[in-house]
Amino acid sequence: MALATRTRTSAPSHGPHGPQGSRSPSFWRSTIGKKTVMAVSGLIMLGYLVVHMLGNLKIFFGADEFNGYAHWLRTLGSPFLHYEWALWLVRVLLLAAVVAHAVSAYQLSRLDIKARPVKYVHKRRRASYATRTMRWGGIILGLFIVWHLLDLTTLTVNERAWAGHPYENVLATFSTWYGNTIYIVAMAALGLHVRHGFWSAAQTLGAGSARRERTLKAFANGLAVVLFAGFVSVPVAVMTGMVN
Amino acid sequence: MKLTLRVWRQRGADAPGHMASYEVDGISEDMSFLEMLDTLNEDLILRGEDPVAFDHDCREGICGACSLVINGDAHGPERTTTCQLHMRSFADGDTIDVEPWRAAAFPVVKDLVVDRGAFDRIIQAGGYITAPTGSAPEAHATAVPKADADFAFEHAECIGCGACVAACPNGSAMLFTSAKVNHLNVLPQGSPERETRVLDMVARMDEEGFGGCTLTGECATACPKGIPLPSIAAMNKEWLRAVRKGPR
Ligand code: HEM
Ligand code: SF4
Ligand code: FES
Repeated sequence: MALATRTRTSAPSHGPHGPQGSRSPSFWRSTIGKKTVMAVSGLIMLGYLVVHMLGNLKIFFGADEFNGYAHWLRTLGSPFLHYEWALWLVRVLLLAAVVAHAVSAYQLSRLDIKARPVKYVHKRRRASYATRTMRWGGIILGLFIVWHLLDLTTLTVNERAWAGHPYENVLATFSTWYGNTIYIVAMAALGLHVRHGFWSAAQTLGAGSARRERTLKAFANGLAVVLFAGFVSVPVAVMTGMVN
Repeated sequence: MKLTLRVWRQRGADAPGHMASYEVDGISEDMSFLEMLDTLNEDLILRGEDPVAFDHDCREGICGACSLVINGDAHGPERTTTCQLHMRSFADGDTIDVEPWRAAAFPVVKDLVVDRGAFDRIIQAGGYITAPTGSAPEAHATAVPKADADFAFEHAECIGCGACVAACPNGSAMLFTSAKVNHLNVLPQGSPERETRVLDMVARMDEEGFGGCTLTGECATACPKGIPLPSIAAMNKEWLRAVRKGPR
């Protein structure tokens, strides 16, 4: 500091934090805080999806390998953990992530819409497709998750369900036209969501910088393509008879 | 040049508004957009009508007063301020739509004039820096790395025009606030208040009713001073750091 020019000043009456003295409210009340919750929960789900996708690819190695893998998931951590405990731990974490993600997405979307009540008369196209479809895409993903659980976890809506035989159940789903359609549309939505989402999460968590811009975008696109291709390869293989 | 203008007219804050059509003739390509509006207003005054109210001051791209959404773009088709936009960016016979900044936090005062007091209150919330003022300090007393000085200067360029808010589909002030926060937080002179500054400015920004950031990028595209989108990531990082450390 330049001491030679320093004059003693008395602090202004309102203190160093401006006349409002607004002080930071709680983490959750801030838009950046909510966005951070959205980013972290999104990344948790994303991490799960990468593992899930790799697991699904085992279907290409036959019923025994796939069903064996499904059984292994239930005995994971044994003998320390009881049957299915590890699985339930993951399920609870994912449920928390989905709820946190959806609640923050809903609250932020409401704030965002309220902050721009009057539209411009002169319309023009704004932002990329992936960016503009985050909300609708998210809703599609939410509905898909419900259907997917009813179809392959609880087997409620699976017409040829056979408990304990995931390989056969997957074949059953992908031998119906609606099973394939729902799944492929949802995976397209997932790819788009991840494309903007991964890059956004990096910005939200402060990892973005001018220098890393291109790398982050390329990585987000790569991740979106790999997830889409990996997941969709399963119904495509069933439809073409590669897996039967 | 002869042009058709469709301009947002609104008598006062609570009055209903509408787009009104006007013909203007004898416009030179070398006129600025504001001079073109002056021509329209002289016409309106001669006809005994109410001239169109719009904000302007320096007319040289440094004060941040001018603020028009032209054909859906904040500050129009070029990356500059409305006062520095010239009529050569348009063609003879064009129809041009002129609207005010639209955001809940920027209420319309009259016609194309909006109240940007919310920006002043965000700056106020940041408080002061405890560096001495008065005569210029000795330049070598506080060393600032070149990269930091450049970063600070890049953000100091923000003129507070509000184009970023106007362009954002969420009416978010994240780019503006990030410019202000980053400018001071990177410098040693701004470091004693580093945590409180970002926490208080962001809290004020939220209280003023600006929306959140969805990383759409419209703000950085519209900014006449080229404040880049990664500035928002830099502010997020400062905010998360301040939350972890707690305000000192
Ligand atoms: C329950 C269904 C879902 C809903 C309603 C939803 C909704 C949203 C919304 C509205 C955004 C913010 C978009 C924006 O800022 O422009 C978002 C961001 C994000 N979503 Fe989702 N999403 C869902 C599922 C998922 C899934 C399954 C993943 C995992 C791949 C995911 C990963 C992300 C990521 C990483 C972000 C970026 C967070 C950020 O902007 O910082 N989302 N989501
Ligand atoms: S960031 Fe750019 S667009 Fe926003 S107020 Fe500053 S100069 Fe204007
Ligand atoms: S009038 Fe000052 S920047 Fe345009």
